[in-house]
Amino acid sequence: MKVTLKVWRQKNAKAAGEFKTYTSPELNPNMSFLEMLDVLNEELSNRGEEPVAFDHDCREGICGTCALVINGTPHGPHKGVTTCQTYMRSFKDGDQLIIEPWRAGPFPIIKDLVCDRKSFDRIQQAGGFITVRTGSAPDANSIPVPKGNSDLAMDAAQCIGCGACVAACKNASAMLFVAAKVSHLGLMPQGQPERYRRVKAMVEKMDTEGFGACTVTGSCEAVCPKEISLDFIARLNRDYAVSLLKGEPKRLKGGGAG
Amino acid sequence: MNLLLRLWRSSLGKKYVMAFTGIALFGFVIGHLVGNLQVFGNPDLINTYAHFLKSKPGLIWGARIGLLLMVSLHFAAAVTLTLANRAARPIPYAGGSAPGSTWKSRHAMVSGLVILAFVVYHLLHYTALVGGINGTGKDFSLLKTTLPGSNDVVPDVYAMMILGFKVWWVTAFYLIAQALLFLHLGHGLASMFQSLGLRNHTWWPRISAFARATSLVIFLGYASIPIAVLVGGMGSEYAQRALAQTSVNEAK
Ligand code: HEM
Ligand code: SF4
Ligand code: FES
Repeated sequence: MKVTLKVWRQKNAKAAGEFKTYTSPELNPNMSFLEMLDVLNEELSNRGEEPVAFDHDCREGICGTCALVINGTPHGPHKGVTTCQTYMRSFKDGDQLIIEPWRAGPFPIIKDLVCDRKSFDRIQQAGGFITVRTGSAPDANSIPVPKGNSDLAMDAAQCIGCGACVAACKNASAMLFVAAKVSHLGLMPQGQPERYRRVKAMVEKMDTEGFGACTVTGSCEAVCPKEISLDFIARLNRDYAVSLLKGEPKRLKGGGAG
Repeated sequence: MNLLLRLWRSSLGKKYVMAFTGIALFGFVIGHLVGNLQVFGNPDLINTYAHFLKSKPGLIWGARIGLLLMVSLHFAAAVTLTLANRAARPIPYAGGSAPGSTWKSRHAMVSGLVILAFVVYHLLHYTALVGGINGTGKDFSLLKTTLPGSNDVVPDVYAMMILGFKVWWVTAFYLIAQALLFLHLGHGLASMFQSLGLRNHTWWPRISAFARATSLVIFLGYASIPIAVLVGGMGSEYAQRALAQTSVNEAK
């Protein structure tokens, strides 16, 4: 099979980008989407053209590095699947595929289809951690966790930080990502001491990085390769409201116990 | 004060404001509908009701100021958030956008702005009684009647509604605004639960069903009035008589 590719090409962060159209070499339908781009790049190199830059790492759907918008849908046509786990058999011979990078102010393009997602790292650094000395591993079950909470926390912890939620949202909102990170820690006993400080810090960072607000369109949930639920955004909204009401702890004059 | 500032400066906080003001506006929309549906009764019914409201300036001005505040906050939050949201996506997609979203969820700002334009017109039309914009060539403030068991001359709200909706384009604008309110609330009534964190996957289908059903009932309720007037000919004779009376009033 062959497909026509309309690919976003952009030399560097400063340059203006544009779409270039390529016809793919003959493809095996069982190639992955990224392997298809590998073959295209091989051909481009052989012709002496600059290969298409795209992000990838594990190629098994667990690292969150791959990031392509295929015909308007981040990570392509399948629900709960990353770009790297999308296969050419999902398309038809002769299809035209428009391939774009994640589009968001806080995700500036570095080159072609590669964008800079360090804004996510900065949100994580603002509060996506627990402050404890790691030391040696504690005994199993020394801290009991209700089963329902541990299941939910595991669901939230599935988030691989790919940014497809931002890419899909018409507002480029990072709510689903932040909600997953806040809930993952906020549901565990170890996350309680910093629960409200965390949610405040991460939301504030999300806002200052320039992500948009949530208007409950559901695009994020629809494209998330880990099927993170909008329920977590509701949880984020709840926790943030509580953190606002609590405010900053005030130092008492005079000190003393009680 | 500190808390209010923190609310307004945060994107989540502004959504809380949108949700709370949205609830208040929703409450008004329901109350106003119940009031208006009295037009289906005897003309005295709605005229008595209107006179009752007018005779309680504290109540009516309290409600007006409260609603103005709610609309202003809702509008200010909507505009500032929408601008920030646009700025967060500087380059649009060529291959399509917002997968998995509904039209009404993407166009809350548009539906909201048309509703606002309608509300301004509606207030000039029926509250401020600006004569030139009602399309009848008549001054609605001349429509007067008396209530049973009293000699007081009061505004004839029934006749005003009938004559107002006889103008086809007034009814058309009204219906367009109601259709957009239907879409706005079909999304907004569910969205506000999400914004306030009051949902999970068990409740979401029920909340969405509530939003769809309630917005439909509101649409049917409001739309029934101008349709009954324009298509059903409701109150025609009464309105003609009231209109004839205005020339008498004018002469006085
Ligand atoms: C002044 C004109 C209006 C504008 C510009 C406007 C705009 C908006 C916008 C942009 C949203 C956000 C949608 C979202 O988050 O998904 C919204 C939400 C909402 N609106 Fe309006 N709207 C207006 C009037 C109204 C009226 C008259 C009502 C009630 C009858 C109303 C009820 C709601 C509700 C309940 C929400 C959901 C709040 C939330 O998501 O937290 N709006 N509006
Ligand atoms: S929530 Fe889903 S789409 Fe968003 S970063 Fe995490 S895994 Fe990716
Ligand atoms: S390359 Fe790791 S998830 Fe796709």
